[in-house]
Amino acid sequence: MRGDGPESDIVMSSRIRLARNLAEFPFVRKCSDKDRIAIAAAVRRAIDALPLSSDTEYVDVAKLGDLDRQFLMERQLISHELSETEGARAVILDPQERFSIMVNEEDHLRLQVMQSGLDLTSAWKRMNELDDLLESKLTYAFTKKLGYLTACPTNVGTGLRVSVMLHLPALVATKQIDKVFRAFNKINVAVRGLFGEGSQFMGDLYQVSNQMTLGKSEETLMQRVSEVIPRLIDYERKAREFLINEKRDDLNDGISRALGILKTAKKISSEETMHYLSKVRMGVNLGLIDNVRIPTVNKLFIHTQPAHLQKLCGQKLSVSARNTERANYLQQHLSDSVDPKAN
Amino acid sequence: MKCQHCEKTATFHITELTDPNGPTILHLCEEHARTFFNQDGPPDPASALTNMLAKQLKLEKAADDLAAADKKQCPMCGITFAEFRKGGRLGCPYDYVAFEEDLEPLLVNIHGATSHSGKVPKNLNGSPERQFRLKQLKDEMREAITKEQYEVAGKLRDKIAAIENGQNEIGQNENGQSDESNEEAPNDGPPDDDFQSFS
Ligand SMILES: [Zn+2]
Ligand SMILES: [Zn+2]
Repeated sequence: MRGDGPESDIVMSSRIRLARNLAEFPFVRKCSDKDRIAIAAAVRRAIDALPLSSDTEYVDVAKLGDLDRQFLMERQLISHELSETEGARAVILDPQERFSIMVNEEDHLRLQVMQSGLDLTSAWKRMNELDDLLESKLTYAFTKKLGYLTACPTNVGTGLRVSVMLHLPALVATKQIDKVFRAFNKINVAVRGLFGEGSQFMGDLYQVSNQMTLGKSEETLMQRVSEVIPRLIDYERKAREFLINEKRDDLNDGISRALGILKTAKKISSEETMHYLSKVRMGVNLGLIDNVRIPTVNKLFIHTQPAHLQKLCGQKLSVSARNTERANYLQQHLSDSVDPKAN
Repeated sequence: MKCQHCEKTATFHITELTDPNGPTILHLCEEHARTFFNQDGPPDPASALTNMLAKQLKLEKAADDLAAADKKQCPMCGITFAEFRKGGRLGCPYDYVAFEEDLEPLLVNIHGATSHSGKVPKNLNGSPERQFRLKQLKDEMREAITKEQYEVAGKLRDKIAAIENGQNEIGQNENGQSDESNEEAPNDGPPDDDFQSFS
């Protein structure tokens, strides 16, 4: 999430995932320890034989400590399931974090391609190439009738999940978000939001993804998700315009307070941080805050999460110590920022 | 308030906006909220699937049929249909063959489709039928060896090698298995047998 790419003020990131299984083995739930080890070894051999960047790293997740696993989770390079299950499992990491391959998650292979902003076409191109490369060395479980066979029937067929992460603070502030999403329910696109105590949306972040994986081509499935995005972007922009034109003082007040808290708090939770960073992010995008850049805000979203914070300090910290450390970190990175303009 | 999935305090309250009956609210602890947010499918697909299966099977099948479906077992991995219903995860690729008729209504429900129309790999040796055939032959060979029927075992070994080396796409070709007609094999159909007619 470098903060570039088209529509990057609203679209945080796009990601594509493919579920794949090796034909010679049972699915993960029926794998013996020996099977899991053999799968990991087969994937590792395949990876070593492919023309990938020499910095591509094969990480034995079973050997990682708690903090390292959580760190990879916070970067969305591995899933909670891969982090927490027992047995042989691994992740293959691209040095630029443009892709990751999870081994022995719910499926033998979960290929992920990440892209900042909205660019599903180039994300799919890279994904398709990566999948072709792996397929040249491994035999996937596949039938012409049902496509790629997966452990859960919800993923069978293409095994494709496309998701786009959106930042929609103005739709939340204008209380239009539920209405907007109800309209999208009918078209088989899943939209999820996350919010904390007291109905405060967690960072106003929403994820849009396809629900079906069977019966339509990868391109069609991606198109269904991507054609929804411009409409959501449009709604969000209109809501932002409304706030600027009709509620300017309230908007300035909210953003100014958010920045004030992030700059002056002595202890702050990650939930609260997300909440205020969201407002600051909108303020920067609307030109209401000077001297803070969007990449900085995006970085703060990730670096203030528990494992990142502890990695940055180089030690394990209690929740309370983390809240103090988080407040310090935010102050360091936001000290140059200038509040909303008074006009 | 407690987390829906464990004893910890629920600090995250997530709206699932995609439920056809309107938004539903999930109450989760930080860890389970992370799981929810990191996963890319619908929340807890296993339980959603179990519910769907339960509803659907009740509607469409009498109790006897349901019990019969639950007892079905995959000859490759040994999972029963009941176990799949409980966990929401299949045991091996051959389950799609072994439980074909039971899975079909579920696929219609989830995807509104029963057949694939996307990417096809170049290597088509990954059909579950081929794996099943190899397993059968290997089991037979092992048995022949224990019975000291070495001539039989030798023939079986040749068959296995033929499947493993040849580009024999069992279950993928319209007219697959042409050089694989084993009279004893219970699952062998006529030469023009294709995947659709497997059950
Ligand atoms: Zn929990
Ligand atoms: Zn099975």
